[in-house]
Formats: sequence, structure tokens, C-alpha cells
Amino acid sequence: MGLIEYQVVGRHLPTESEPTPKLYRMRIFAPNSVVAKSRFWYFLRQLKKVKKANGEIIGLNVIHERKPLKVKNFGVWLRYDSRSGTHNMYKEFRELSRADAVKAVYQDMAARHRARFRSIQILRVAEIEKTPDIRRPYIKQLLVPKLRFPLPHRVSKVKSTFVGKRPSTF
Amino acid sequence: MPDQSTFKRFVEVGRVVLINDGPFAGKIAVISEIVDHNRAIIDGPTSGVPRQSFPYRHLTLTPLTVTSLPRGAGTGTIKKLLEKQGTTEKWNESSWAKRREVIASRKKLNDFERFGAMLKKKQVRDLVRKEIKASA
Repeated sequence: MGLIEYQVVGRHLPTESEPTPKLYRMRIFAPNSVVAKSRFWYFLRQLKKVKKANGEIIGLNVIHERKPLKVKNFGVWLRYDSRSGTHNMYKEFRELSRADAVKAVYQDMAARHRARFRSIQILRVAEIEKTPDIRRPYIKQLLVPKLRFPLPHRVSKVKSTFVGKRPSTF
Repeated sequence: MPDQSTFKRFVEVGRVVLINDGPFAGKIAVISEIVDHNRAIIDGPTSGVPRQSFPYRHLTLTPLTVTSLPRGAGTGTIKKLLEKQGTTEKWNESSWAKRREVIASRKKLNDFERFGAMLKKKQVRDLVRKEIKASA
């Protein structure tokens, strides 16, 4: 169940006082277009005096990842509500696409902070181009040159209840 | 301090891996780039494995590597180095790959072939028994 990045463009409905209202464009990460439109109105309501009842969405497009097979380091700035307040956060992820990175953000926030989708606002997702700009050690350790590591203690699935020999773990 | 490790097979750029699961099960590929401690980008141009991110859970590391493969190498580079170093032939000649073939062919036998295999085994057993009796 991956997230998809959408470009949603919407505006207030034209009125007599404002016959050509301003267009607003947002990049929304959502599992489908329905949720994308809903999140668009949620964010736009927070920023401008417009809601779904007196506005219209004039464009919804999927933004595909430019290089889905290139491993990228993403820095994600987010804002989330905890049980006792709302905080800003910066996290780093090593993923193949922006949508994958944001999916990883939601999973990570759910695991570490019990934050649900509704409590998280993704402020900014940026690819970190230069290695010295990486801030987190858990990503830095994957960027050392000539990285190599073994896979110790391989556990393979045994099909039968009883076997003649103990399994080998490598 | 010399690098003494009890581990012989490492996840590294250039490691040849055998895919255990999924649509490409049984094929070999090369690790092109390490994503993190769970996944790597693998590519198998000579064995029909498209370039993709793959978890280590469904891979088995082999003792073979493609040496001097640059990190994040593209499909073309991998293909060139694979052909130059003859890695696919080395894999096919390894006893591991041959054993896999034998097991696969054994599973595909039909009843008549299994009957023939039983007769052959009986012949071998008979010869061995006669040899032991003669030398006893």
C-alpha cells in the first residue's frame, strides 16, 4: 500500500467581487486521489479562506518519480501532534522515491511516536545531494565508501516439524 | 590489525546473489548498490532479472563477486563486467548450481523415469554388494 504524490490545483469559486480567483497548487502524498483532494482542502482551509463547498479543484495529476531506480537520501521536515503538544521534526531516509520516503516517515512516526496519519503534516521533502549535508548518523553509516557487511544468523523457514540435522545459519 | 572475520560472504557492491523468492526465483543477480540494512539494488542483465530494489530476506549470498564494480553501476556496466569476468559460467560450473539442477530435474521426473532410476540404483547396489562380498 504505497503512497502516491499528487499535484492538486484548486481555487475559490468565481464570485462577482472576484471573477478570477487565484489558483493554488499543492503537492500532496496520499494513497489515492480521493484522499489527495481531501487533504488539499484540509491544508488550503488552514491557509486561505476557502473550503470545499465554495471552491473547486481544477487539476489533479500524479507526480511520478524522475529516477525510481536511483537510491536517494531524503530529508523530511514534518510537523506532528503528540498527546501533549505539537512539534516540528526533521528525519532522514534513504529511499528510491519521494513517495517511498514519505511512506517511511508515516511508518516511522507511527512506530516511534504512535502518531497517526491525521496528526502528521509533511512540510518539506528534499533530496540531500551532498554527503556532508547528512545530519543523522543512521544514514551516515550507510554512506561510507566500500560499505560491506555480512548477514549473520540466517534463519530459513523449515517446512517440516521434525528434521534430522540442526539448521545451518549461513 | 588484519581483517580476520569469521564471515566469508558479505553484502557489498558486486556480490553475486541468488534470488530465492518471487518471479525471478532461482536466478542470479549482482548487487549494484546498497540501500540500507534491509534492501539492495540488484541487477541481472545476463539472467533476465530487471534492475530493482530487493530485500536480503529473499536473497542468498554466493561466494562469487564481480570485482571492481563501481557503486550504483548501471545495467550496461554490469553486463560488460559479468561477461568479461565470466561470472555466469563460474556460477553454472559451481557444484552448488549443478546440485540445484539435479534436484530440479529429480522433481520433474515422471513415473516411468522414476522406475528407471530405481532400477539403476538397484544395479549399483548389486555391484557394490558383490564387490564387498568378493573382498571380504
